[in-house]
Amino acid sequence: MARVLRAPWALVLPAALLVLWHLTVEYRWVAEGIIPSPAQVLRSWEVWIFGVTKGGLSPYSGTWLDNVLYSSKRVLQGFGLAALVAIPLGLMIGWNRLTGRLVDPTIQLLRPVPITAWLPFAIAVFGIYDASALFLIGLGAFYPIVVNTTHGVRDTNLLLLRAARMMGAGDGTVLAKVVFPSALPSIFTGMRLGIGVAWTAVIVAEMIAVKSGLGYVLWDAYYVGRMDICVATMVSVGALGFVSDRVIVYASRILLRWRTLEAGA
Amino acid sequence: MNGGQAALELRGVWKEFVKGDRRVEAVQGIDLDIPPHSFTAILGPSGCGKSTLLNMVAGFDAPTRGEVRANGAPVSSPSPKRAVVFQEPALFPWYSVYENVVFGPKTQGRSAQTYRPLAERIIEQVGLKGFASHYPAELSGGMKQRVGIARVLAMQPELLLMDEPFGSLDAQTRTLMQELLLAVWERHQQTVLFITHDIEEALLLADTVYVMTARPGRIKKRIAVELARPRTIEATTSPVFNALKREVLALIREESVRADAETALE
Ligand SMILES: Nc1ncnc2c1ncn2[C@@H]1O[C@H](COP(=O)(O)OP(=O)(O)OP(=O)(O)O)[C@@H](O)[C@H]1O
Ligand SMILES: [Mg+2]
Repeated sequence: MARVLRAPWALVLPAALLVLWHLTVEYRWVAEGIIPSPAQVLRSWEVWIFGVTKGGLSPYSGTWLDNVLYSSKRVLQGFGLAALVAIPLGLMIGWNRLTGRLVDPTIQLLRPVPITAWLPFAIAVFGIYDASALFLIGLGAFYPIVVNTTHGVRDTNLLLLRAARMMGAGDGTVLAKVVFPSALPSIFTGMRLGIGVAWTAVIVAEMIAVKSGLGYVLWDAYYVGRMDICVATMVSVGALGFVSDRVIVYASRILLRWRTLEAGA
Repeated sequence: MNGGQAALELRGVWKEFVKGDRRVEAVQGIDLDIPPHSFTAILGPSGCGKSTLLNMVAGFDAPTRGEVRANGAPVSSPSPKRAVVFQEPALFPWYSVYENVVFGPKTQGRSAQTYRPLAERIIEQVGLKGFASHYPAELSGGMKQRVGIARVLAMQPELLLMDEPFGSLDAQTRTLMQELLLAVWERHQQTVLFITHDIEEALLLADTVYVMTARPGRIKKRIAVELARPRTIEATTSPVFNALKREVLALIREESVRADAETALE
């Protein structure tokens, strides 16, 4: 019931912004030609997605899906790589005091360096290839996942650890059946933050380090003065980020069913 | 070999917590001998070191001085031979009631054929039939505590350690749980060490009650409870029970007067 009522409310502000945008262009509240109108963006976007049947001169015609796939693939690969390293490492840092003392300070030291600052370094080392992009995306997603996993492990209830021990659980069992499930909500929080950083990183990387994907289109369209394509790209990236976040939330709802029960109680 | 050996022996057990330059003497010079198959209660006011004592017996914590032995062997770490029911339920929220109950036997590598029927029977015994696939979040406080008891029964331990397991329950549920525990114990006769601050509970359940002093905890007196078994809640109305209760009350009053006097002097 509440869900049904909430939907129209959620749409009020976006609709108002859309109207404001339209009026801004229509009544020339900003200098003409800087901002395309919503309708203009929609038309260009349609061509970008479906192409034109005859006389397609636009270099963007029909290339939307390809670029979406390029960017998505990079995000997925970089994010997957980050999760694959960050989750086990976070578990070890939180679980084993020596690993924590050995690795954690280095992570805390490197973390404040923004991923954008790594860009020249990445290009110098990996060149203008996918590897540069993957490095930036992976590094960006790595930090939030490793930090949140570590937190989750350290927050494990002492009583549950003791309960497992008195039932005969060794280190492996405690880690797999108590520490990991207990840290899983934090791990998901880390992954949600991580996927957000991954989309930021892919745009930056594609603007500079590679010659394909939505980031590349965005920068290229800006240079040739196609603000309509720029806006369409922004909306596309936003939508993709939203969808990937929802996928993670959905996965967490399934895996953390015990927790939704808790919240409902 | 086991001729008259104590199931549990505590010899001059002291525990001191040190945090920075602050020291807390939690328990002092505890000597206990608990014979096999007996039901022993430790009775003491809040903060007197009961949980501290139990944690050392369980192997979660080491004594500062003294020694704890179970069946003659020194206790150094937790073991499934010494099952614990905690003050709070301490269930795994990501596991169903059934999965929580079989965690012990499964972890100890017993076969599903042996633990499944056992777990089902125990779940029924503690009155949770039909809730096996529920998650802890879907249970009331009393039901959670029953799962906590069911899971230690499924381990079939030599020694059962219970830290105020019914402390957080309402009076009615508590009575039900006490009767359940009596019924289970009278059937299986594990050695039980039961911690409580409730005089009636201690007298109703135990063969022997040790009364502890206020902090720092020491054993003040050992009281033998000679009430016939099997016992039910009706035992609490008998003259023998009431005489024992008066005796313990007098001890505790004496103790609190002493503690107050000491606090006043400080
Ligand atoms: N880890 C610890 N560090 C420092 N002091 C502690 C620690 N654990 C217990 N204490 C102190 O030791 C004393 C005994 O605590 P304990 O938990 O054993 O009491 P208790 O008898 O179980 O009380 P309750 O009936 O309220 O559960 C308390 O004064 C407490 O502050
Ligand atoms: Mg306690």
